Amino acid sequence: MTYSTESLQRHTIEAMQRFSRTYVIAFAILLTLVIIGAAAWIYQIREGLIVTGMRDRITWGLYITLFVFFIGASMGGTFVSAALRLADMGWRAPISRGAEYITVAALLTASLFIFADMGRPERALNIMLFGRWESPLVWDVYGLTTYLAGSMVYLYLAVLPDLALVRDAIGEKLDPVRRLFVVMFSASWTGHPRQERALHISLQVMTVVIVPVAVMMHTVTSWIFGMTLREPWDSPMFGIYFVVGAVYSGVGLIAVFMFVMRKLNRLEAYITDRHFQNMGTLLAGSGGVMVFFQISDLVTAGFKLKTGAAFNLYQLADGAMSPIFWTYIWLGLIVPLALMLNPWTRTVLGVLIAAVLANVGMMLERYFIVIGGLRVPLNPYEPPNYAPTVTELLIVLGLCSFFVLVIMIMMKLAPAISVQEMLETGELETVEKELSTAEGAAS
Amino acid sequence: MNTEPDIKKEKEENLRKWEVSRRQMLKMMGGTAAASMAVAWLPNDLRDDQPQDELVPSEALKDADSERRLRQWMMIIDQRFCDGCQSQGTAPQCTEACNFGHFVPEPMQWIEVYEHEMHHDEGEVEALRASTAPPAEGSSFMPTPCMQCQNPPCVNVCPVGATWTTPEGITLIDQNRCIGCRMCMAACPYERRSFTWGEPPTHPATEFIEHSVEHQLPMKKGVVYKCDFCPEMARAGRLPFCASGCPNNAIYYGDLEEDIATNGDQVVRISEFLTANSAYRHKEELGTRPRVYYIEGHGELVGRDPRNHGLAPVRWVDDENEHTDHWERSVE
Repeated sequence: MTYSTESLQRHTIEAMQRFSRTYVIAFAILLTLVIIGAAAWIYQIREGLIVTGMRDRITWGLYITLFVFFIGASMGGTFVSAALRLADMGWRAPISRGAEYITVAALLTASLFIFADMGRPERALNIMLFGRWESPLVWDVYGLTTYLAGSMVYLYLAVLPDLALVRDAIGEKLDPVRRLFVVMFSASWTGHPRQERALHISLQVMTVVIVPVAVMMHTVTSWIFGMTLREPWDSPMFGIYFVVGAVYSGVGLIAVFMFVMRKLNRLEAYITDRHFQNMGTLLAGSGGVMVFFQISDLVTAGFKLKTGAAFNLYQLADGAMSPIFWTYIWLGLIVPLALMLNPWTRTVLGVLIAAVLANVGMMLERYFIVIGGLRVPLNPYEPPNYAPTVTELLIVLGLCSFFVLVIMIMMKLAPAISVQEMLETGELETVEKELSTAEGAAS
Repeated sequence: MNTEPDIKKEKEENLRKWEVSRRQMLKMMGGTAAASMAVAWLPNDLRDDQPQDELVPSEALKDADSERRLRQWMMIIDQRFCDGCQSQGTAPQCTEACNFGHFVPEPMQWIEVYEHEMHHDEGEVEALRASTAPPAEGSSFMPTPCMQCQNPPCVNVCPVGATWTTPEGITLIDQNRCIGCRMCMAACPYERRSFTWGEPPTHPATEFIEHSVEHQLPMKKGVVYKCDFCPEMARAGRLPFCASGCPNNAIYYGDLEEDIATNGDQVVRISEFLTANSAYRHKEELGTRPRVYYIEGHGELVGRDPRNHGLAPVRWVDDENEHTDHWERSVE
């Protein structure tokens, strides 16, 4: 027991200190992409949104699609770290730190996508100055800021004892920037029982608060569409439909992140195949609910065939949106679900493939909801088309790189696995037992 | 060593303080349910959910000071007179008059003329062709300005209050406050809003105008524009550009409060005129309550053959041919 606690600490702290070649190269590439994206954004601000593929008929494009996608990604993080904490599931312990990172990074990125989409980003403060509570967009802005603040507090509470651990173990040896960070934010944490009790209570409270906030956030995001009179969007189902989609893609994103982190930081001993199998089960569960909602949406609209809904269904089935729609149905829903429902394919590699497919699929789904919805003509004219321009793609690529970059920076600021949580949930013992039986079987 | 049990004890005491017995909980729930049901059973008279009737001026407005009467601007578009300016051999003159009068930049059209196929269904066309009722097939034209809804979806979604409805029933946009999120464009079920995607061309005549929400000039980049129902023209006692530009006098502009509208040629009593011609409002089922009324037709009263499809392409202001346009002649 003591041995494994020490080895876990050593492992995670070592991973913090080590800047491998892969890490440095990836960091440099991503930073370049972020800078290129920033340059493209400056160009867009100077010229106006005319440099994008959006026009009067299709007024929202890739920016809003990815905004919705990243809100969804944050939802997955909260689901794994907070909802599983509420359900008292011990196996979340080695993943929860990464899940919290994803939540915060995804929310930061999502808010930047809103700025990228605005015609007048310099007037963003008007939402605070003249905000009308009747507008779904104001709900979204306040929801996003509340959720971002809440998840940052939640992340900080969870990371606090680990920061103190780093301070005590290698505080002197760290570079000045990180030393300042660690000393400042570990806030004289000594692990005194009173401190631990205060932290425990705060974490419990934040867990209960953050889960409904996350659900609210994604519901409100769907209401940006659901509150309009446009045919495929005008549906009371949109809230829960988006929430489930968010859990599905968010859980997938965490599985991808787990895989990469385990490889880079050599944490195979703590993130085992069992954790991947559990993530696979979550993927299967949320994917199954997603299939149910997809069928409900298509069948209720397809049976009645109201004018706008009929147009939307035809464009999905064999019109302009059909490649995207069928890729989503097959590669985004059916294949991952088949992989995850079958115990033989619920391996690390299988989970990775299913998780990547689920994310690509959900991105496509957001795309055909946003652009497909705007494509339904409200007046008699030829249905318009949308294709993103190079500027738009560069900004999107830059912001996606920003998302990964934020996570990569956070990875080096604190232990990648929550030592505190591993001890608290007894997950460390379980992992230890697993290892020894595996070794016994091998010898 | 002995801190552990202390914490536990303290916790239990804390919990006890907040304990609610089952009986108390049930009482509270029952009370809430009873209260909510009592509201639902209130007699209808005590509840104000009657929809307002657009066509009858309200008592409050009638009693208002007659000199400072509150106008309720509205528009009637008589499609029986609209031939899409096919007889003129030009693009729709309402659109061009609006473009030139408001310096609308390309490719915006604050009033856009759409061509509706009257019978989409093949079978329907065949059946009608066999019968004697004309016309069996063809198109009709629908000039669409901003509908000036009285339950405006665009106003409802605007996050910064940059668009609102005036007491006179006109929805306006403040381009100095608009943040360019385009939520209103997604919400408008008539697609009557346009965005300045790039730097809009500034006409020399508009450069030194002070910005006003009533004429929306000079134009800015990255904000939303739409038909403003020409409130300044109305105040000056003139018809909007589209109404005066229409060579067939198909567009009436008027005041619901005074129950009078005119197309520049004749004056009609709105309530009688609308009822007699079974006027309708575009997408009435959405509950947006537009202030623009239509009288169904396909240009038959100006002798248009509905099988004659197509509209000439619309033009906008540019420096070369600014003064060579037909709309000026028709306004004179």
